[in-house]
Amino acid sequence: MARIAGVDLPKNKRGVIGLTYIFGIGLSTAEKILNTAKVDLNKKVQDWDDDDQANIRQYIADELLVEGELRSQTQMNIKRLMDIGCYRGLRHRKGLPLRGQRTKNNSRTRKGKRKTVAGKKKATK
Amino acid sequence: MARSLKKGPYVDHKLDRKITTQNEANKKTVIKTWSRRSMITPDFVGHTIAVHNGNKFIPVYVTENMVGHKLGEFAPTRTFKGHTSK
Repeated sequence: MARIAGVDLPKNKRGVIGLTYIFGIGLSTAEKILNTAKVDLNKKVQDWDDDDQANIRQYIADELLVEGELRSQTQMNIKRLMDIGCYRGLRHRKGLPLRGQRTKNNSRTRKGKRKTVAGKKKATK
Repeated sequence: MARSLKKGPYVDHKLDRKITTQNEANKKTVIKTWSRRSMITPDFVGHTIAVHNGNKFIPVYVTENMVGHKLGEFAPTRTFKGHTSK
């Protein structure tokens, strides 16, 4: 059982893939970690010995910002934008896209599920 | 596309001059400006700048956190307040 940065890694996956289950680690970062820790990329997570795990832990602790810390940093950045009252901050407050995308249609990712307006007539043709 | 670092931050020449003279004289009066494209440099901190939004001047008090943003980001140009709710 490999537990790194507070996340249980899937046992029977390759090391590179397993590491990407940690928030803040993608494929390229995972490759970099395993290369510096001198662990074969294709070695399964369950086959890592204690040395491997220690090396991986060491690298993540020293170089990377993952999981909770990373999430809180992102939140802090958003909060800063909202506090100084700049345009991007205002858009964050309203839950609208920040980078000038159109909002007449689409942008559902930011706006969430459609809210139907009662009494709005459909265009007749 | 971001601006080349080689050039340094863009600040409208007139505005920069006004800020420097105020800093030298240790005065802090409101400066009116249309230059929304100017970047806020550390010299601006503590000043109040009235930024034009196309209609009127919006007073912006510059704090340390704002350094690196443009003046225009703090003076919204649109007035949409939401649809009428029935």
